[in-house]
Amino acid sequence: MPNLKDLKNRITSVTSTQKITRAMQMVAAAKLRKAQESAEAARPFSERMAIVLANLSAAMEGREGASPLMAGTGKDQTHLLIVCTAERGLCGGFNSSIAKLARLKAIELAGQGKDVKMLCVGKKGFDALKREFGSKIIDVVDLKAVKKVGFADANGIASTVLDLFEDGGFDVCTLFYSEFKNVITQIPTAQQLIPATVEKSDDTEPLDLNGAIYEYEPEEDEILADLLPRNIAIQILRALLENGASEQGARMSAMDNATRNAGEMIDKLTLSYNRQRQAQITSELIEIISGAEALNG
Amino acid sequence: MAELLKFELVSPEKLLMSAEVEQVVVPGSEGDFGVFVNHAPVLSTMRPGIIDITEADGKKQRIFVRGGFAEVNPQGLTVLAEQAINMDDLDAAALAQEVANAEEDVADAKSDDKRQKAQETLDHLKQLQTSL
Repeated sequence: MPNLKDLKNRITSVTSTQKITRAMQMVAAAKLRKAQESAEAARPFSERMAIVLANLSAAMEGREGASPLMAGTGKDQTHLLIVCTAERGLCGGFNSSIAKLARLKAIELAGQGKDVKMLCVGKKGFDALKREFGSKIIDVVDLKAVKKVGFADANGIASTVLDLFEDGGFDVCTLFYSEFKNVITQIPTAQQLIPATVEKSDDTEPLDLNGAIYEYEPEEDEILADLLPRNIAIQILRALLENGASEQGARMSAMDNATRNAGEMIDKLTLSYNRQRQAQITSELIEIISGAEALNG
Repeated sequence: MAELLKFELVSPEKLLMSAEVEQVVVPGSEGDFGVFVNHAPVLSTMRPGIIDITEADGKKQRIFVRGGFAEVNPQGLTVLAEQAINMDDLDAAALAQEVANAEEDVADAKSDDKRQKAQETLDHLKQLQTSL
């Protein structure tokens, strides 16, 4: 049974923890708004990019000499997994759920006899994966110093990936990140980057060109060769921005929970503190009274 | 001119501009081209250069872009720029930095193909520098 002093110390310590988690929650909420804004601001570009790509690939369909970024290298022996996580912890299951998804994929691929390589963006993913896949992790991109993720950061990662691809370092590239749905829900997602999957979705309807034909300048294949590497950078940027918003969302709800738990704990501790104090007073009184009675009697 | 061209300038970070304008001159990789309303559909890559925009009220705006591509369709012109800076904000120092970066790219390029591309970029930037 802890004594009164212990209990008092516990209460103080939990109270200060609660202060910290509450502050973190508020910081996350403020950052979330910013991250969400920038994730949303980046959408028009990738949407338009997708439309242009779809148009182009439709025009290119059935032609020879498609870029390997689009058509693949013709095999799928070596897989590169780009795992995007956060640089900081204390955000609930955010990092571990992405790492878990990547881990499962890596195990599945290894089971099929494929080679797996990994590129970690963000320290936490690296920490989670290095024990099991340490020899397979080829690079770690540290974005700790980056306050606001921009196109330049994504482009840097993309050029690393593309260089590796050109050297025949891998055949298939998959990007792991967490899609931001709302503050409570973030969905860990795996997206295939190379070979590019062009969505022939219904929402990107072909444009009515009034019978005119697109003029390409330079030729289609040259544009496509220019566009595809750029598309990779854009996809990575999008993933990083989504991740940023997801991270803050996850941290916010995790810290909200922590604050609430701390509150409950304080209540419980205060209750037992008061009970014990009362019990102590009662027993002291009994001692005094029985002492007095012994004298009188 | 009655009809106006719907023009959108998008960078990876955000939608920079969406307006109805009179004319836009795009620095295409195979030469500048002007776009008015009802232009034939074109898809072109861009070199680093300056987009000249003539707004509906005749005001001019100049924006520096660092590569990207432009798409003209019946709905208007969409420019997807890798990086876009308003000419008023672009100073010689920033441009000098760009040139230095491009020079580094030329030096770092592994294949001839890449070197040539980097060299072209460098040339465009230098040209820009002299015109500033």
